[in-house]
Amino acid sequence: MTGESSLATRGPGVHKPGRTGPAPEQIQAVPLRRPGRWCASAVLVFLLVFLIQGWAANPRMQWETVGEYLFAPAVLEGLRTTLLLTALAMSVGIVGGIVLAIMRMSPNPLLSRLGALYIWVFRGTPLLVQLLFWYFLSAVIPTIGLGIPWGPTFVEFETNALITQLTAAVLGLGLHEAAYMAEIVRAGITSVDEGQPEAAQALGMTRRQTLRRIVLPQALRMIIPPTGNQVISMLKTTSLVFAIAVPELLTSIQGIYSRNFQQVPLLTVACVWYLVATSVLNVGQYYLERRFERGTSRNLPPTMLQRLRKAIPAKAEKAVEQERPS
Amino acid sequence: MKTAESVVRAEGVHKSYGHVEVLKGIDLTVAPGEVMCLVGPSGSGKSTFLRCINHLETINAGRLYVGDQLIGYAERGGRIHEMRDKEIARQRRGIGMVFQRFNLFPHMTALQNVMEAPVQVKKRPKGEVREQARQLLDRVGLADKADSYPSQLSGGQQQRVAIARALAMQPELMLFDEPTSALDPELVGEVLDVMRGLAEAGMTMIVVTHEMGFAREVGDSFVFMDGGVVVESGDPRAVLAAPRHERTQAFLSKVL
Ligand SMILES: Nc1ncnc2c1ncn2[C@@H]1O[C@H](COP(=O)(O)OP(=O)(O)OP(=O)(O)O)[C@@H](O)[C@H]1O
Ligand SMILES: [Mg+2]
Repeated sequence: MTGESSLATRGPGVHKPGRTGPAPEQIQAVPLRRPGRWCASAVLVFLLVFLIQGWAANPRMQWETVGEYLFAPAVLEGLRTTLLLTALAMSVGIVGGIVLAIMRMSPNPLLSRLGALYIWVFRGTPLLVQLLFWYFLSAVIPTIGLGIPWGPTFVEFETNALITQLTAAVLGLGLHEAAYMAEIVRAGITSVDEGQPEAAQALGMTRRQTLRRIVLPQALRMIIPPTGNQVISMLKTTSLVFAIAVPELLTSIQGIYSRNFQQVPLLTVACVWYLVATSVLNVGQYYLERRFERGTSRNLPPTMLQRLRKAIPAKAEKAVEQERPS
Repeated sequence: MKTAESVVRAEGVHKSYGHVEVLKGIDLTVAPGEVMCLVGPSGSGKSTFLRCINHLETINAGRLYVGDQLIGYAERGGRIHEMRDKEIARQRRGIGMVFQRFNLFPHMTALQNVMEAPVQVKKRPKGEVREQARQLLDRVGLADKADSYPSQLSGGQQQRVAIARALAMQPELMLFDEPTSALDPELVGEVLDVMRGLAEAGMTMIVVTHEMGFAREVGDSFVFMDGGVVVESGDPRAVLAAPRHERTQAFLSKVL
């Protein structure tokens, strides 16, 4: 068959103009042929199969070792710590980011300068240094007390007892993250049309109510996609805390291969878990974005399940159609 | 407390942005139930004046009263004091405003838009407010669109929701800033009909508009502004038929 581009018609369609006639025929165009695409795809698939085959069949990959350690208790414990660290650090980062963004946009010059100063310091120094700094805080400030400045102290703690490795890690990661989140939140807030707060205030809402009920919910739609990126990035950045010996995923993995010298299989185990976790986060991000898209577009994008369901019956229908004798 | 015989009273209202004086002494009064049409060329300060009335802008000189309350400032012991955010918000409750670009809250349905202020600001029970909001949407002819988001509505429908939203606070005064200028010609009528209904129900309204037909039929008074001052005012039919001032004549000859 030559690549004809006429409209193929289906059934004994009698063409009748006007609204009272049968439903208009759907256009069933014969697709264009694209030989270049086919060639490129074939070459790529061949290369991919070759690479994966070579990698998978390589005995030095020691896939049994990977399988053996994938669900090892120490690895799972490390994964749990990684997820916990990610959640805690991002919580600190998001709350801190909102506070900093509001500070920076405040009409009070002292507040806005302080916000800018914070962002300058925490964005301008390496995260690793900040982590180590929190970890070694007890060297500078041995005790932390609650009381009146220059007055009596009511309670006093050993810094070492208060700032454990985990708190140092959460503080280090979270406070650093807050500086980045502040810029994301600020961009989100400034993206809201200025007619929105005006309309809210004209209705008698206070500035706080306007921010909470009208501006922030709309800003969230702009804030969520980059925040999703930050979470995924944080998940991997947590591996930096090996420097202060918090037993997260990578630290546990290193602990194991320093004993059995199976570096490559164990690092593969780490990669598998990081990939699983980011995949789960991707799905979560999709649904969160979808939820906040309410009202912005006329049609919500389908959920992943809806997409699946749509794809399956379509195929089934086609199969039935082909079986039917014409 | 004496009852005010005017809903809005402006006495020598001045407003400038930096060195640019936009309002150069506006004097006018709006009586209860009056529909005042505010007309003038672009940049004459119509929007600015409306925004001063509900304190979206702060005036620099003169006095502006809504009812018997000074707007935007508190007068205590012969001195003018700045107002707290809360007090300003309280004053705005009784003044509804409808914007040229609707400014509906896009993340809420039509019904939620209408319910937002009574629930959040007046703290009224949700069930009761929902009932009232449905009635208001019915009144503007949108009972069947209660659960639609603004993006799913036409411009005319959005503007009618915006009117219902302002009415939900049961204001004594409604401000309209060119409510039909952003609409396709065939949608203008449906919004003007709602406004005509409001006027007939006795609402006090200040309407900035270029719809001279509406001014003639519905307006009780007509104010022509140019360059930050009131040039001419009077009965709409009289002014439109025979404008006395030459600036009014020049403007009206262009829009009529
Ligand atoms: N925030 C501002 N800063 C400086 N100048 C302003 C500001 N807002 C308005 N102006 C100026 O004030 C003048 C009056 O503006 P206003 O919006 O009140 O005019 P208008 O009569 O409503 O015009 P239009 O019919 O185009 O809406 C204009 O010259 C405008 O440039
Ligand atoms: Mg204007």
